[in-house]
Amino acid sequence: MLKIKDLHASIEDKEILKGINLEVKAGEVHAIMGPNGSGKSTLASVLAGREDYEVTAGSAEFGGKDLLEMAAEERAREGVFLAFQYPIEIPGVSTTNFMKTALNQVREHKGLDPLDAVSFLKLMKEKMQLVEIDQSLLSRSLNEGFSGGEKKRNEIFQMAMLEPKLSILDETDSGLDIDALKIVANGVNTLKNKDNATIVVTHYQRLLDYIVPDFVHVLYKGRIVKSGTKDLALELEEKGYDWIKEEVDATI
Amino acid sequence: MSKDNQILEEFTSKEYEHGWSIDIESDQAPKGLTEDTVRFISAKKEEPEWLLKWRLDAFKKWQSMKEPKWPNVSYPAVDYQDIIYYSAPKKKQQLDSLDDVDPELRETFKKLGISLEEQKRLTGVAVDAVIDSVSVATTFKDKLGELGVIFCSFSEAVKEHPELVKKYLGSVVPTGDNYFAALNSAVFSDGSFCYIPKGVRCPMELSTYFRINAANTGQFERTLIIADDASYVSYLEGCTAPQRDENQLHAAVVEIYAAKDAEVKYSTVQNWYPGDKNGKGGIYNFVTKRGICAGDNSKISWTQVETGSAVTWKYPSCILKGDNSTGEFYSVAVTNNYQQADTGTKMIHIGKNTKSRIVSKGVSAGHSQNSYRGQVHVMKRASGARNFSQCDSLLMGDQCGAHTFPYIDIENSTAQVEHEATTSKIGEDQIFYCTQRGIDEESAVALIVNGYCKEVLNQLPMEFAVEAQKLLALTLEGSVG
Repeated sequence: MLKIKDLHASIEDKEILKGINLEVKAGEVHAIMGPNGSGKSTLASVLAGREDYEVTAGSAEFGGKDLLEMAAEERAREGVFLAFQYPIEIPGVSTTNFMKTALNQVREHKGLDPLDAVSFLKLMKEKMQLVEIDQSLLSRSLNEGFSGGEKKRNEIFQMAMLEPKLSILDETDSGLDIDALKIVANGVNTLKNKDNATIVVTHYQRLLDYIVPDFVHVLYKGRIVKSGTKDLALELEEKGYDWIKEEVDATI
Repeated sequence: MSKDNQILEEFTSKEYEHGWSIDIESDQAPKGLTEDTVRFISAKKEEPEWLLKWRLDAFKKWQSMKEPKWPNVSYPAVDYQDIIYYSAPKKKQQLDSLDDVDPELRETFKKLGISLEEQKRLTGVAVDAVIDSVSVATTFKDKLGELGVIFCSFSEAVKEHPELVKKYLGSVVPTGDNYFAALNSAVFSDGSFCYIPKGVRCPMELSTYFRINAANTGQFERTLIIADDASYVSYLEGCTAPQRDENQLHAAVVEIYAAKDAEVKYSTVQNWYPGDKNGKGGIYNFVTKRGICAGDNSKISWTQVETGSAVTWKYPSCILKGDNSTGEFYSVAVTNNYQQADTGTKMIHIGKNTKSRIVSKGVSAGHSQNSYRGQVHVMKRASGARNFSQCDSLLMGDQCGAHTFPYIDIENSTAQVEHEATTSKIGEDQIFYCTQRGIDEESAVALIVNGYCKEVLNQLPMEFAVEAQKLLALTLEGSVG
């Protein structure tokens, strides 16, 4: 589904990603871990198409198409979803209205008719239950005055609405208490199937107790320096990142 | 002979003395503005003497006045002698039904999405369409007539209801009020007139669509709305203008009179041609809008969505004379490319316990300049007056400007006046958040701007709000990326 080869990206001439190689297949869950500043969020942003970053080398293929050629909205319509680390507030725009606009543009891209109000509300009700989100929250201004947990649940709600092929969860666990974390993880797990894939970007192992990855990759200084199974995450939990840093720094 | 009549007599003889050369049969006045032009317009409209006198008085005042220079706008000097002050549409006879309306005009209405029959059938909106200064179609008159509501063109009102026109015309905006109001008073061609009798709640939104048609024709609309005791009316004004190259002057006057316990809601969606991307062409929109809450407990509410015009100069205001009266002003002003807008309101508190509320949302994009100018004046007598003002500016890009000029004059120590202001930029983060969900950039901007303006848009009647949202999106097209 996703093939990243030797991806380099910089922001304001500072190189952050220094040759990422990663392949994600349908049905898989990949965890990207790493110390602060290793480039995890940059990778998520670059894949989602944030314009602040400049891709200087390498390639990324998504569903056989050149991902890097596509504008952010095209990527989204093709099925790339980013759950934001810091969801953005849009005053005066309700989540409902926002989602309706988004969903119908995605549907149009797929050659489908826009959903009428009744079908849309029905779909919304169904997806709301997944993340135990209240309808009153969805009629409020998008993310405005939401608690940390509400924001993250709202992200997963949007993911459920858009049914992406590839979901990238950028530090979705940050700022969540354990109950909210479970709800979010449960939502993600319910949405998982053999045709979609998930990349979980996280600093801590905690989330991976609930969203169990097939593969764990450690990102450090803009490169994936170690890959393994979920056991690697546990090892990191136990030993921290220092031993990896030392390993890598010794070879440079 | 009364003194008034003597004066009129003098005027009439003067007219002939100077030789009046304009061909009355002509559909257009020649370019330029003289006393003869004023007489031509008045004669063309078969007006009574008192109105001609009123116009001539305004013309005299206008001649002695100077164009205001204080607004935060700049534009090439207007050559007032290079304007055609009157032009009638080709079709002359009275129309009985929509079928009699010129098919071409109807086609234009359809393009604007305001087909009369559709409105008639679906929305129950009575439309008094002003095309090139003369009303060509009026609907729903009968239904309104049953309630005693008068809604007609201004010229018709002069003929049919002279006593009302005479009593209220100029009572809120006097002829010499300001340069453009004086000009309008002298040469206004037509407009709308509306009277709601005592205790009547007008059952439908009254709507007028304005549109500039022939080239080089200044538009001088005159609107007079009178809400008698304990009546209610919601009035809609909207306009779209076709693209054109030459600057056009638009100097309208709107007067609202609200008697005791009456409420008037006046909504505008304004979309005059703003000029092209380089600031060439576009309408100059110099409008005087004022309402007086004359009676106790009366209320006037202005809502405007300003997206058009090359230059806008407009301050819909309320004189809160009656005790416990309320004035409201909700405004969205969007400027893009090289548009300039200097708009806001005045709330003059005279009566006791008067309240006013101002919500202004400015959106500037491109190279445009957007100014809010507002005055809250609490007079000595106005004990217990309250005002709340909120002025927000949203900037798109780094070439545009947003300015706020709030003036507050308080002469009564019991007044409570609050003013809040914010300035923000549409964030790339916000746009990225939208595009990441599959929303294209243009729609993202429209969504964000509509959200920002929601408080004001909510004040508009439903069908108008939808149109306004589309307009906002249209206006800001191409302002990102």
